[in-house]
Amino acid sequence: MPAGPVRQDPVVPWTRQAGQCRRATTSDMSADKTIDLASVRTTFASGGGKQYWRSLDELADSPEFREFVQREFPERASEWLDPVGRRGFLKLMGASLALAGASACTRQPPELIVPYVRQPEEVVPGQPLFYATAMTLGGIATGLLAESHMGRPTKIEGNPEHPSSLGATDLFAQASVLTLYDPDRSRAIRHLGEIRPWSAFTAAMRSIQTEVAAVGGAGICFLSESISSPTLKAQMAELQTRLPGARWYQYDPVSRDQIHLGAQLAFGEPADVHYRLAGARVIVALDADLFGPTTPGSVRYARDFADGRRVRGASAEMNRLYVAEPTPTPTGAAADHRLPLAAGRVEAVARAILAGVQGGTPPSLGSEEIDRFVAAAVKDLLASRGQSVFVVGERQPAPVHAVAHAVNAALGNLGTTVIVTDVIAGDGTSQIDGLRALVEAMNAGSVRLLVILGGNPVYTAPADLAFAEALRRVPTRVHVSLFEDETSALCHWHVNGTHYLEEWSDARGHDGTVTLVQPLIEPLYQGRSIHEVVAVFSDRPERRGYEIVREFWQAAPEFAGQPFEEAWRRFVHDGVLANSALPPKAVGTPQVPPPSGAAAPAAGAIEVDFAPDPTIHDGRFANNGWLQELPKPITKLTWENAVLMAYSTAERLRVGNGDHVSITVDGRTITGPVWVQPGHAPDAVTVYLGYGRSRAGRVGTGIGYDAYVLRAGGAPFLRGAEIRRTGESTLLASTQGHHAMEGRAIVRAGTLEQYNHDPGFAQHMAHTPAPDMTMFPPFRYEGYAWGMAIDQTVCTGCSACVVACVAENNIPVIGREQVIRSREMHWLRIDRYYEGSVDNPAIYHQPMLCQHCENAPCEVVCPVAATVHSSEGLNDMVYNRCVGTRYCSNNCPYKVRRFNFLLYADWDTPSLKLQRNPDVTVRSRGVMEKCTYCVQRINEARQTAKVQDRTIRDGEIRTACQQACPTDAIVFGDINDPNSRVSQLRNEPRNYQLLADLNTRPRTTYLAAIRNVNPELGGGPDGHREPLVGVPEQVPPPGMTETNSMRRR
Amino acid sequence: MAQIFPRSANTYARGSIVVLVVLVATLGATLYALSKSTYVHKAGVIVPQPVQFSHQHHAGGIGIDCRYCHTTVETAASAGIPPTKTCMNCHSQIWLDSPYLEPVRASFRDNVPLRWTRVHDLPDFAYFNHSVHVKKGIGCSTCHGRVDRMPLMYQEASLQMEWCLECHRNPERYVRPREAVFQMDYVPPPNQLELGRRLVEEYGIQSLTSCSTCHR
Repeated sequence: MPAGPVRQDPVVPWTRQAGQCRRATTSDMSADKTIDLASVRTTFASGGGKQYWRSLDELADSPEFREFVQREFPERASEWLDPVGRRGFLKLMGASLALAGASACTRQPPELIVPYVRQPEEVVPGQPLFYATAMTLGGIATGLLAESHMGRPTKIEGNPEHPSSLGATDLFAQASVLTLYDPDRSRAIRHLGEIRPWSAFTAAMRSIQTEVAAVGGAGICFLSESISSPTLKAQMAELQTRLPGARWYQYDPVSRDQIHLGAQLAFGEPADVHYRLAGARVIVALDADLFGPTTPGSVRYARDFADGRRVRGASAEMNRLYVAEPTPTPTGAAADHRLPLAAGRVEAVARAILAGVQGGTPPSLGSEEIDRFVAAAVKDLLASRGQSVFVVGERQPAPVHAVAHAVNAALGNLGTTVIVTDVIAGDGTSQIDGLRALVEAMNAGSVRLLVILGGNPVYTAPADLAFAEALRRVPTRVHVSLFEDETSALCHWHVNGTHYLEEWSDARGHDGTVTLVQPLIEPLYQGRSIHEVVAVFSDRPERRGYEIVREFWQAAPEFAGQPFEEAWRRFVHDGVLANSALPPKAVGTPQVPPPSGAAAPAAGAIEVDFAPDPTIHDGRFANNGWLQELPKPITKLTWENAVLMAYSTAERLRVGNGDHVSITVDGRTITGPVWVQPGHAPDAVTVYLGYGRSRAGRVGTGIGYDAYVLRAGGAPFLRGAEIRRTGESTLLASTQGHHAMEGRAIVRAGTLEQYNHDPGFAQHMAHTPAPDMTMFPPFRYEGYAWGMAIDQTVCTGCSACVVACVAENNIPVIGREQVIRSREMHWLRIDRYYEGSVDNPAIYHQPMLCQHCENAPCEVVCPVAATVHSSEGLNDMVYNRCVGTRYCSNNCPYKVRRFNFLLYADWDTPSLKLQRNPDVTVRSRGVMEKCTYCVQRINEARQTAKVQDRTIRDGEIRTACQQACPTDAIVFGDINDPNSRVSQLRNEPRNYQLLADLNTRPRTTYLAAIRNVNPELGGGPDGHREPLVGVPEQVPPPGMTETNSMRRR
Repeated sequence: MAQIFPRSANTYARGSIVVLVVLVATLGATLYALSKSTYVHKAGVIVPQPVQFSHQHHAGGIGIDCRYCHTTVETAASAGIPPTKTCMNCHSQIWLDSPYLEPVRASFRDNVPLRWTRVHDLPDFAYFNHSVHVKKGIGCSTCHGRVDRMPLMYQEASLQMEWCLECHRNPERYVRPREAVFQMDYVPPPNQLELGRRLVEEYGIQSLTSCSTCHR
């Protein structure tokens, strides 16, 4: 029994992350939350702390935490906790009794076959087709291939031809297919809530146009998201000619505005910038999450970065990444040196680096840690002129971007690794100023009609603009969107928009490459694309999206001089227009504006940093259950946003995880739970945008807090926040403590220096029993033997693989309450390990999935042989045999088995059925499931190869996680083939098996993480520790499997 | 205190054990028989269809190749059910007024698909692929029976897992030369085992009996 009166009082709410296994008691509520934190400090001071740790609880090693991890599933996990009344209970019992004996003898209901009347070419039932399309975020496209099963798009892959993708995807693209089938999508055009036909809408719009025709359309305003679409820009231009008085504004709460304005400062004209990390030896990123999905081109950046650090063979070279940022991001976690730095202090550091690379001495910034970081970065940058990249994040103010241009110019990077182009998305002017002008016009009553094309400005507009109040003064308001959201609620007309898988459109990639958006399915609810809505404001006859886009390209210079039909078909097929990236812009010497002269923050003043949520972005994905349930890459929080703060800040405020705090800036207040984030910059808190939606849908409404309330003027950060404990406390749904592997030698890491000295260091860190140390005769795997190798050096923890796995394998969404009970169903999780101090730990990611052990502990304990070995070494899970004893999960040392405690799969909602992968069984209640190595893909490849009389080629089978991975960290293949990529990786000296001392002989192996540590900074990311891993540990005697060879003695 | 049970209760008690054993055995046998019955697996049961299509006439009588209608049997998991257009290829020329064909003409005319009732219906958790079986020399008639003698379609085999495994474990008993796969009247030669072993070798037939071969 855990501490606290648990079973007596079932209605006391769960509380506090720190005691996940505990429930709230009165004494808990008043307990001093700093106790845990203090014990963490004590543990560290005494030298008894773990070198690798996953959560503060683990570090503190409290009795509660031990109790929690010792349970396979936390307390009461196996009980039916849903509120089932007596009636419901009797009904259920009656039904199950009646069906108890008969369940095995059911007859299948008759099924129909409905063939086509005239079968379309190429459509074969059961064989998917792939079509090139693209998804835009902030107006910038990532090229995709959508898998279509009989006309249903079911899965998104990257388009290998697209420079922003190269075949990989980010998590937003993976999850976007769920938004298409979201049952909460708006299904009709409405006027004041009444369903109206399209013709009524067009008539209303035409009559307003006639009304204002005399004044050249003055009074008609459009508000869209950032636009890169050449077709839409042409439509805008046409509109401006016809209605010169009309105004078009673009606004995105998370935009590349400051980048454009920074170029304006530096070069005198707005410009965009992207990077060629492939040629970079040193990368310095200040507050820039290059590999996070909110950055356009992140997938490509991650690939290029990873290609520069694939450590192979006996001696190797790597690029080096310096990151300074407020809260750890995938980029910071991948960094060789990471400096926790509040967003507001980035400018000073950037200017110091500029001074350094221009030959001066960087000024001291009042902190030895920062000065050392600056000095090391400057030295490395100067040593790699023309082969380095200096990046500042898009939320940084314009002058900082000008400084970045100056740094890159001084290093000779402009035009080689840093490419300045024309503005890709948006018009290059300040979006906030534009929005402010619109609000003023609305308040002045000079807006007759406002057409809001996508976006959700009522929710996302800066708090001080009072957008909603101004909007109410507009006589006719139109909102085109996928959902009836906060903005739709304030508009007269709501037009249901189209998802990108339903519309014809185009856009530009992160380097400007022209990309086609091709529909995979007719609009599910007769939605209208933005092109079609804008076409209503033209004097030409009504046209559909296809005609609009096609006609634009027919007249485009890119297609001149070649037969259009042929070129168009190639464009549609490839999804990209070859060589259409924007050319590098000729720019002069960048001008650097003088420092803003803002007063340095007072000591102890707290800065609030705003960031788009890592999985919900600016709120647009709030109703996407896959993204809500996806553990956020570093915090591993699900289903809500928290107030992230440093350990020292939490100590000072005397708060712990889950304690609610109120943050007040300029009279505006938000309240949210605290998440103590190791590695967060001190004296700053990070708040994530996108939560606290009031009209998101059944998934996203009413969870988390709304950080937009605080964000005056769209500021990236605010100073002088007042933070108070409210006294309230909730349990946060973080998965980080779940399925812990008891601190064995799990993640292994070293420095490049160490690797070049002893490439096999990872293999010496634990004992691997000889293959014959088993009572069973060896099984010979003839033919194929599947295996996987995962390179922890290049894994950024971006989590695209997790969503890809969910989409491919029909993994259900279970909800916040169930996640808190450790019941998350993800077959693939990314374990995140911290190493070192809580102030600035090194961070490692370890994708953890079924290891497909050759001596699988799960197989021997299953009483019904529901999990058995295949002849190719797969650990098969047979759902229809499983009776749900959960012995297998109990016996799995890797904790990768997932049990359907309840009927998690949605078997009722019709639209969600369309999304399912028909090649994977949808599981029911009471069965165990786990990673299958995407056996459906293996089988398909095997059958294809057999039909073609050949063997499966290496690389022919790619698991869903592998295919999505931007950095190519996951490699799958036949380990019986010595030339396969996976075999080669398994022969690398860095290769090791997880928990090999248990003699499980896993088929999944890991390549130790290597960091290219600057010897001058020494140690790891925080620069003042002993080497990451010590000398080879003592080999534990066989049988002593609990020995933790990584634990400090 | 008086005896509650008379002496004869011992006999009843012993007898009841026997009765219980018999009851349990009978129940078990009944359930087993039920699971093997056509009631459950529906082999040999003719299901009503919108059109009384005769394979005997088309495949047996006229001699149309299986692949004329089931076009993807060699390339895909599904053998393919022909679209109405395939029927109309011939029936726009012959039997123009046959009342039997009215649903087909109506389908073609109104662009409304025919709705056939599935005859061979595997459970949804079993994934079967026609192309690989055809490639490896398993004839149509091995699983579907003499379709060319079926005026109305029915399921020949039980399609239960035991039946699948019989061949997956002993492919040499059933495999035939590739050129005879679509031959309905193929009769296994007396030296089937010898021929089978040779073909298993030649076609590279694996005896795949892992669960994930069919279940995913």
